[in-house]
Amino acid sequence: MPKIGDLKVSAHRDTEILMTRTFSAPRRLVWYAWTKPELVRRWLLGPDGWSSALCEIDLRVGGKYRFVTRHEKGHEMGWGGVYREIAAPERLVSTEAFDQSWYPGGCVNTLVLTEQGGRTAMALTGRYDTREARDAALASPMESGVDASFARMEKVLAEIAANPARGA
Amino acid sequence: MSLSLALNPTLDATFAALADPTRRAILARLAAGEASVAELAEPFAMSQPAISKHLKVLERAGLVSRGRDATRRPRKLEAAPLAAANEWLENYRKYWEPAFQRLDSLLEELKAGEAKSRPARAAPRKPKRK
Repeated sequence: MPKIGDLKVSAHRDTEILMTRTFSAPRRLVWYAWTKPELVRRWLLGPDGWSSALCEIDLRVGGKYRFVTRHEKGHEMGWGGVYREIAAPERLVSTEAFDQSWYPGGCVNTLVLTEQGGRTAMALTGRYDTREARDAALASPMESGVDASFARMEKVLAEIAANPARGA
Repeated sequence: MSLSLALNPTLDATFAALADPTRRAILARLAAGEASVAELAEPFAMSQPAISKHLKVLERAGLVSRGRDATRRPRKLEAAPLAAANEWLENYRKYWEPAFQRLDSLLEELKAGEAKSRPARAAPRKPKRK
């Protein structure tokens, strides 16, 4: 049986990133943690320093989800998509698009949960439009947070430029 | 945002080369030491030209080079691109692992909550009988 807490990442086929990990909980609970907004917002945050600013899930085929996380220094990262396939508690297919994307095109995520002896094996596959996009996505998941802060700064600068007289 | 990342241009070729199981097996064989095309073809049910084709992909990706012996033309493993590819994978893993650790704690909490409420509530799902 696979070890608990051992996240594996691999470049899969030509255009995919595959993440696998095992959780010490029945599949039903892992499914809840992936699909109930009040639970998702507590963990799907990336590294430390980020917290959830928005977490909305409309769990039906064609329904949308939208997540926004905020870093303690203020910058935000937002992403969302549409659910394409829902087979609780086993399989969830959804599209993904970041507000400030650092890879070209879109991504389709497929979550597959398999239960064995009270444990749950997760396989999460992200399929990108092209190999270049896949490599870019893999290259720097942190890039987006950084870019979000630049985008925010740009907006502030644009606002200042639009109102040059204020306070002067 | 446009793709402003200074991507490692060889990374793409590295992953493409690694996508094939025969090529991965060739690399695993070369990790144990240099080998000629004939030696590499031996364990596979494949012709030497077929193996040569795979070697060409690996050479283009910089994963394999040719040794000095002019007659045997042994191939050898070049570790640098593999190390680079691993580094990207490892960075990605490091980025995501804290989120999944948070998920671990959340699941423990959910399990504890269920254990507590189970006797008090009528079973919402089919009872466990094994």
